[in-house]
Amino acid sequence: MVPTSPSAVVSNRVMTPHRLLAVLLVVTLLAVPFVVQSSFWLTFWTMTLLAAVLGQSWNILGGYGGQSSFGHAAFFGTGAYAAAILQVRFGVDARLAAIAAIGFGAIAGAAIGMLSFRYGLRGSYFALVTMAFAEVFRIIAVAWPLTGGGAGLNVPLHAGAATLQFVDRRGYYWAALALVAISIGLAAWLERSRFGAWLVALRENEAAAQALGINIFRVKLGAITLSAALAASAGVFYTQYFLYLDPGIAYGPGYSIEALLGPIIGGTGTVLGPLIGAISLHLLGRLATAATGGAPGLDLAFYGVLLIGILAFLPRGLTGLGAGVNWPSAWRRSRG
Amino acid sequence: MADGGDAAPALLELAGVSRRFGGLLAVDSVALQVMQGGIVALVGPNGAGKTTLFALIAGFLKPDRGRIRFAGRDIAGLAPHLICRRGLARTFQIVQPFGALSVRENIAVGAHLRHAGRRAALAHATAMAERVGMAGMLDQPAAELTIAGRKRLELARVLATGPRLLLLDEVMAGLTPPEIAAIVPVIRGLADDGLTIVMIEHVMQAVASLADEVHVLNQGRLIARGSLAEIAADPVVVEAYLGHGAAAKLGGGTAGVGGG
Amino acid sequence: MSFSLVAPTVINGLTMGAIYALVALGLTLVYGVLHIINFAHGSLLMLALYAVYFLHSQVGIDPYLAIPIVGPAFFVIGYVLQRGVIGRASHGREQTVLLVTLGLALIIDNLALYFWSADTRTLDLAYAFETIDLGVALVPVPRAIAFAAALLVAGLLWLVLDRTDLGKAIRAVAKERQGARLVGINVDHIHALCFGIGTATVAVAAAILLPAFYVTPQVGYTFVLVAFTTVVLGGMGSFAGALVGGLLLGVVEALGGLWFGESLGEIAIFGLFILVLLFRPTGLFGTKAA
Repeated sequence: MVPTSPSAVVSNRVMTPHRLLAVLLVVTLLAVPFVVQSSFWLTFWTMTLLAAVLGQSWNILGGYGGQSSFGHAAFFGTGAYAAAILQVRFGVDARLAAIAAIGFGAIAGAAIGMLSFRYGLRGSYFALVTMAFAEVFRIIAVAWPLTGGGAGLNVPLHAGAATLQFVDRRGYYWAALALVAISIGLAAWLERSRFGAWLVALRENEAAAQALGINIFRVKLGAITLSAALAASAGVFYTQYFLYLDPGIAYGPGYSIEALLGPIIGGTGTVLGPLIGAISLHLLGRLATAATGGAPGLDLAFYGVLLIGILAFLPRGLTGLGAGVNWPSAWRRSRG
Repeated sequence: MADGGDAAPALLELAGVSRRFGGLLAVDSVALQVMQGGIVALVGPNGAGKTTLFALIAGFLKPDRGRIRFAGRDIAGLAPHLICRRGLARTFQIVQPFGALSVRENIAVGAHLRHAGRRAALAHATAMAERVGMAGMLDQPAAELTIAGRKRLELARVLATGPRLLLLDEVMAGLTPPEIAAIVPVIRGLADDGLTIVMIEHVMQAVASLADEVHVLNQGRLIARGSLAEIAADPVVVEAYLGHGAAAKLGGGTAGVGGG
Repeated sequence: MSFSLVAPTVINGLTMGAIYALVALGLTLVYGVLHIINFAHGSLLMLALYAVYFLHSQVGIDPYLAIPIVGPAFFVIGYVLQRGVIGRASHGREQTVLLVTLGLALIIDNLALYFWSADTRTLDLAYAFETIDLGVALVPVPRAIAFAAALLVAGLLWLVLDRTDLGKAIRAVAKERQGARLVGINVDHIHALCFGIGTATVAVAAAILLPAFYVTPQVGYTFVLVAFTTVVLGGMGSFAGALVGGLLLGVVEALGGLWFGESLGEIAIFGLFILVLLFRPTGLFGTKAA
């Protein structure tokens, strides 16, 4: 959907604008737990990091792979529910439950991928089918006693490292930061690996990719499985952080939209795009809410404006700013 | 399989290959053999079914009937990526570069078929770029290339997959005469290095310079085979291009056959 | 489960399905001509529902009489949205259009939440509770009107597309955009026109729907998925398909609810949706595969 900037081979000693930004980001994110005092802002940053992980998971499939999912909550929610159910209903140790939950997420991804890609769904149809699956999962979660139905599921509070519940909320921040690092590592691996090259190739042109020996189905399946696993890890984090889950949160449109907003704003198919997008979105959302006295809905409406604005003027997202896009002429050139 | 006789087995063998689209018989019982090494040209008027034939060979379409054999093994109906892995690769009539990637990265995608590591693939990509004369453009975004550049890129990219047989679909289309003159030696060089090439071409200058053998396709059927001079003199071929009765009008066909 | 319940359930499903069909008609027109899937469709429905609601609660206009007001008003809204926002922001790329309409949906849904809060609102109409006795079942008057209206609107749309010059131009653009441009048809205008008609249709649907239903800011999202299912099931771009698809879905949902319980009845819809997308994406009457 949106092009990556060609990774020109630049000497490691040169400080490009992108690299400077990366360094600034790392420094800022590392400083947050030490600098931030209020629990409100700590939660803010933790949630922003969570959004970045979810966004990166979407980015793997939608950015690098070009398959836009509108139902990523299906994977997020599966991870969240699996972690909760395993702990609450089956007494499984929290750490084991987390790993298993990621596995369940991956399975959900593989299943949906196998169906969708086997039957050649792409573009809008693929987006629709992912929405449908998320909605089906949501309805099942409402009806099934195992998930606690519409009332949701509570995970009992047993603070401690063994239960992956941190006494000091800062522990959560570091955990989220670790997840972000992993997700960025994954994206960086994609940009340097054969699998990633194949994935980007099929995004650009499926027929040409096939003609070069690429097994389209397998690569797409691998991408959606990886994406789903990462999204599920974000879901696990959610469960451990809030200790409460219901079908609307897990499988509703909220996290499906959150998953795609960050990467598109920040720049799809890039390593830092989802992180930059998540930070920008959350900061701007906070600004919007503050400016309007905290009324519900305005920040999301604002996200919609931002989304359209980025799509219209900056299709490469915020990371494309470095490429020196000239706004008015880009608008004029691209009409029609 | 190879017959026990003195003839070398054909690298590519088609027998009775047919494909229909609704009411249209696009490819009609085509049989041909391509021997290892050398360049074979496939010519014919527009709509003759040449690209359809390529699509059938390369796995993008399934034949309704017939047999397609490559290096002694059946490939009819196999998925395109598997056929490419076996060493039969194709280019597209309408060039399809990976627009968001650089020239080097484009070729590297092809190179990855035989090279798992990124560095090795990129190195091989550089080598392929040099082979087709694109060494100076390696870091250019593919979307910014001219038509001639894109054609070369397509060639380099498919070469990177290490094929034994290459299907070139109108690689000269859209090129100016100097550009054609520049790319002909590149293709000749590939054949000299052992690659077998089958090319669909309308540009007769290129066919004349490159092809060892020419097959003529018309309305899905192979109507003539031989050297360029032979098929140009063939009245059946003349009629295919110029219409019914043209051969007689032209007095038996010493007229050159124009490019499509 | 007794069989005496089946008949009223089916009738109930048919009338609900008629509403789905009404909502989907505009969507299928937009897809058939512009080849875009409009995620803001449900939000526009919600907006129209509020418009009809406020016209009644503030000005006292009966919803059915509000049709001549909201219809043209929303035609203009749709026209402006397509010409001014969607057409421009998407640079003609299919994926981008999808996201732009999603952005619109976000904006509309959340501004509604901000301005009108999440309260459920219903209309208090004298005739809303009257029913028509069909022998096997009792049908509420608003639902019966909805059923008739769905057939009427579908018929009207078909007439316009098939019998008028405008319809010819629209069909030309739908089939071959570049060709239409070359013969002098203003494609951007036709696109905006279609979007406008589609939005007007949804406004009419809202006026007919509200007496039998309710409105909250979330209603958009609820209907969007069902509308898509209807359109995909019936075939993108086919009015008959939207009609049949909607009715079929209504019945499937009602029977599913009867036999499996309400929640699983909803699953029946989406299960059907997924199956159609996988195995027959052109739908029952569809002409063009995406």
